Amino acid sequence: MSDNVLKASIAAQSVAERAIPVMILAMLGVFLLYGVGFAQPDVLHNAAHDGRHSFAFPCH
Amino acid sequence: MIGRLLTAVLLSGVLAGVLISVVHEFTTTPIILHAELYEGGGGEADHATLIWTDEVAGGQFYLVHGDEVHEDGEEAWGPQDGFERSLFTLLSNVITGVAYAALLVAAFYLRGREVDGRTGLMWGVAGFVVFALAPGMGLPPEVPGAMASEIGGRQTWWAFAAAGTAAGLWLLLLVKKLPFNVLGFVLLVLPHVVGAPQPAELGGPVPPELSAHFASASLGAGLVFWALLGWIAGLSYERFVTRASTA
Repeated sequence: MSDNVLKASIAAQSVAERAIPVMILAMLGVFLLYGVGFAQPDVLHNAAHDGRHSFAFPCH
Repeated sequence: MIGRLLTAVLLSGVLAGVLISVVHEFTTTPIILHAELYEGGGGEADHATLIWTDEVAGGQFYLVHGDEVHEDGEEAWGPQDGFERSLFTLLSNVITGVAYAALLVAAFYLRGREVDGRTGLMWGVAGFVVFALAPGMGLPPEVPGAMASEIGGRQTWWAFAAAGTAAGLWLLLLVKKLPFNVLGFVLLVLPHVVGAPQPAELGGPVPPELSAHFASASLGAGLVFWALLGWIAGLSYERFVTRASTA
């Protein structure tokens, strides 16, 4: 098959077919982002302190 | 499919997280450490100590505080300054990288078009606007010790600004229907019309010059991070998702 036909396979999927991987990735991203940037337990806060400031998450 | 997507996420997130740690080491981290000399401001609860330093011209009083002490007297764990602290910063940056990579690759896949290094870089710049510039307009990047309102409200507004900007940019730029474009514009502006929670009083112990420098350094480093992440994620997506799914 030509490249174009091959590459069309992703585009040909409906939004519904793409929804599950998108939701899994989005949940993974939000979960990790919450843990590293938002969670308030002192231990997490102290460990990620400089990273939180540098990435400009609301801190303290 | 999810395995290929995760490969692109992990590769780009870890790489961008490691690379930005090097950038932070020379840009934002020195300002954080400098600001911590002023942090504490003499409050009773944080065991402020007054020290004299001749290192700064004219000599100045710096307020420093010892390890955080809980009300029950137990110290919360924190990494030791130096290598350990840098190591945990690296770890947290890698997790931040993977988190943002997951959101970015989810957007690539939801869009359903081809992505390469160049288009990935443009997506990355959009990510910078969504997760750094737009939240930063209401809540400027803070140095330790900056005055700010209660944390919960700021976090909520930050998430509101990021979500509104993401949805707004998508509807404005990627949907070719006027009503959706108008809605996108409204979503883009709405968080700023509502406004971020601001501190009741200003005048923290950290000099404004240092705070201003930190805000610009943080945003600059943010752009570098997002450009790197977008570029690497675009290349990884092309390699592991677009090509692999057709092989």
